Amino acid sequence: MTVAFYLAGVVAVIATLLVVTRHDTIHALLYLIVSLFAVAVVFYTLGAPFVAALEVIVYAGAIIVLFLFTVMLLNIGHEAEGDERHRLRPVSWLGPGLLAIVLLVGLGVAIAGGATAQTGARVVGPRAVGVALYGPYAIGVELASTLLLAALIGARHLGQRHREPDAGSSATATVAAPGTGGTGPQTTLARDAGDAQPAAADEAPAPPPRTVRFWRKDDR
Amino acid sequence: MAHVPFEYGLYLAAALFLIGLVGVLVRRNLIFVLASIEIMLNAAGLAFVVAGSRWGQPDGQVMFFFILSMAAAEVAVGLALALLFRRAFGSLDIDQASRMRG
Repeated sequence: MTVAFYLAGVVAVIATLLVVTRHDTIHALLYLIVSLFAVAVVFYTLGAPFVAALEVIVYAGAIIVLFLFTVMLLNIGHEAEGDERHRLRPVSWLGPGLLAIVLLVGLGVAIAGGATAQTGARVVGPRAVGVALYGPYAIGVELASTLLLAALIGARHLGQRHREPDAGSSATATVAAPGTGGTGPQTTLARDAGDAQPAAADEAPAPPPRTVRFWRKDDR
Repeated sequence: MAHVPFEYGLYLAAALFLIGLVGVLVRRNLIFVLASIEIMLNAAGLAFVVAGSRWGQPDGQVMFFFILSMAAAEVAVGLALALLFRRAFGSLDIDQASRMRG
């Protein structure tokens, strides 16, 4: 079990170093997944199986998938097929795969050694954590749920596309997917700025073309 | 069975936190900055779990649970901001955000 701890620690440091030094976002995210898995193995060897499962499910399963979805969304439109072929080359998955195999071997050795509860540290199982969460920390759980609700509403607000209220025809143009018809980011920007100008013209001079509008004027 | 020294877990957490901090300071891509922030939050949670494991108490794992929910909220808002940033600037270079104004 101590062997698994040291192995996972080394893998975590190596994978994390590779995360911050990669140029390709997908490669970095694959290494980040391996790093989170390694930290999950560290949690397990430290006698915390509940947070080890949480680390795999929430971090590697939800947060990194969110990252991957965003990267895919950002890359949409321009040479997607070439990107796909580029990403399926062995150079993109060989490193993370090797590090994950190292982790798997460490975990297999630890399990074959029959050592689930034989670390020096005492195992604190999900039962104790649940009792603590809904006992003395109940107000913290409520606050965490409120925070998640606020983040949900905030992300929803940021993610929606604002339409100008008096321009029905331009609203459909704004809703149309960017990148259709060969428009790059620059032309999308110009179109957005062009949509924004008629509504703002009566109370302010026309904004410069590269103004960022995270919200409408009447939202504030 | 040999005992993993308490300090080694903290050393690992410190190393991961340092790597994440360097990533935040050095990288200029917004996605990498967010990923580095995730690494730092994860390292902080690792320190909590190591400390909780040292005294055999569940409080460290409870704190990791809170850090986890905070990281999930942060990454949801951060990635929505990244999408807006890309739509507004046409790239993910955070140096361009010096031009940002409401």
